[in-house]
Amino acid sequence: MASRSPQPSVAAGARGSAGDPAIVVTGLEKSYGEVRALCGVDLSAERGTVLGLLGPNGAGKTTVVRVLTTLLKPDAGTASVVGLDVVRDAAALRQRIGLAGQYAAVDENLTGLENLTMVGRLYGQRRPRAKQRGQQLLDRFDLLDAASRPVKTYSGGMRRRLDLAAALVAKPEVLFLDEPTTGLDPRSRLALWETIEGLVAEGTTVLLTTQYLDEADRLADTIAVIDHGLVIAEGTSDELKDRVGGERLEVRLDDERDADTAVAALAPMSDERPLVEGAVVKLSVRRRQGSIVEAVGRLGEAGVGVDDLALRRPTLDDVFLALTGHAAAEAEEEAA
Amino acid sequence: MSKLVSDTLVIAERNLVRLPRAPDLLLAFTVQPVMFVLLFAYVFGGAIKTPGGSYIDYLIPGIMVQNIAFGGFVTALGLNEDVHKGLIDRFRSLPMARPAVLAGRTLADVVTNTLSIVVLLITGLIIGFTFHASVIEILGGVGLLLLFGYAFSWVFALLGLLVSSPEAANSVGFIAVFPLTFISSAFVPVATMPAVLRAFARVNPFTIVVDAMRALWIGFPARNYVWEAVVWSLVILAVFAPLAVARYRRTAGQ
Repeated sequence: MASRSPQPSVAAGARGSAGDPAIVVTGLEKSYGEVRALCGVDLSAERGTVLGLLGPNGAGKTTVVRVLTTLLKPDAGTASVVGLDVVRDAAALRQRIGLAGQYAAVDENLTGLENLTMVGRLYGQRRPRAKQRGQQLLDRFDLLDAASRPVKTYSGGMRRRLDLAAALVAKPEVLFLDEPTTGLDPRSRLALWETIEGLVAEGTTVLLTTQYLDEADRLADTIAVIDHGLVIAEGTSDELKDRVGGERLEVRLDDERDADTAVAALAPMSDERPLVEGAVVKLSVRRRQGSIVEAVGRLGEAGVGVDDLALRRPTLDDVFLALTGHAAAEAEEEAA
Repeated sequence: MSKLVSDTLVIAERNLVRLPRAPDLLLAFTVQPVMFVLLFAYVFGGAIKTPGGSYIDYLIPGIMVQNIAFGGFVTALGLNEDVHKGLIDRFRSLPMARPAVLAGRTLADVVTNTLSIVVLLITGLIIGFTFHASVIEILGGVGLLLLFGYAFSWVFALLGLLVSSPEAANSVGFIAVFPLTFISSAFVPVATMPAVLRAFARVNPFTIVVDAMRALWIGFPARNYVWEAVVWSLVILAVFAPLAVARYRRTAGQ
């Protein structure tokens, strides 16, 4: 147990204080029977930052969360959170993490306050303390009015907020959010984003899984793109966007049948072959400066009529497309 | 250890607090057993000949054992629901004593089983059941019922964690336990059954517990069954509680 510690007498709780990264994962593997959910995942997150795990359904995101929250033992590899090993120090680790997921894991027949009080007491708090903390969280999440109503009368957004509140009962250092906004309406989604940003501002480390590119873009300091159980790219949102190469030029043609001619005319402007989607030709250009003028010139010479033409920063959609060779939504068909 | 006790109590409280808010469950503990007693007493009662005493005296201990065995059904349904709704994941991510979720469930069953026993006893006394027993024997009978019911709650706990849906828990539990309670001395004397069933009924723990109850409450000449019934309950507990806890540790939510 003390193998990694220079002072064998140091207790588990005292290990992993400031300085260590909040999350370190190396070579994580996990199979369910024949299905390999994780094939050697490496990750790390500094304290007080948000690590976004981005990937399509079935990519292995939830499996990573389940291993890191001690719900699942990995087949191979190691993972530690706040310096505590997820297998060896599981009991100590559970004191210091919070988990909220896409299924609001609260008891429908208990009231909001009863749910939070129960969780607090299971963290080892005495009843009055747990109740007080529950009130505090209900207030913070704008649920105080519904505190003494059974959860089955709550809306989807309210349930999700209560679930998140339950994960925060013991003021965890690291918070795991498994697709926290899946199935929420846009307004509740935005509200939840703001809440998460508030927690991070207070110093909480967050690991967040999502299949929404805009969510990762907005919340995550570092994004790990995960597909088929492997991390295929990692970096800040900007770094990832830079990887797909500069600006994106999108040309809408007057006539779809001119697409091949347009591709041939524009090809010299890009390092990769332009993409055709109906009447729209897309390519990444090397320089922003002058590229619109150049494109118009080249298309004019080739005799191709242009309906519309735009230059924009690449989005995470482009990143996903470039990394996996397919859009996020097509991933499953590809695998089948 | 104290964490196990306090966590168990928190979970038991959770299951009891929610009970009055799920009225359909409350019906299962109160109205349903009364209905069974009345149906058996008045529909079959006239046709069934029992050795000595009235059929109602014979029936009440039997139907109470059957009822108590099914008391744990709530545990199977509740745990299965918790798995599906992700609550088990939450509990497993908390610094709780591992067996507490199951121990709290089964402890709550003891309370609801006590309620069922009271309801059934009152019904029985109203329709003419009479004790031939001392106060200690009566209380001993209640204790045996609660012990046997507690053991069966762990059987249902395992069932709830194994099956894929509450509906499956319902049908598997019913198919497994219902015949067991019928191929016993609970409702008719074993001697009236065909040879194969009779052989089974004689070793069926339900027969032993039912006859032990009759020994305690209506002076049936079957004293040694009391100890056998206690041993059977403890054996069921010793086998199924560890199995259920082991299963819980590996249970995954959706």
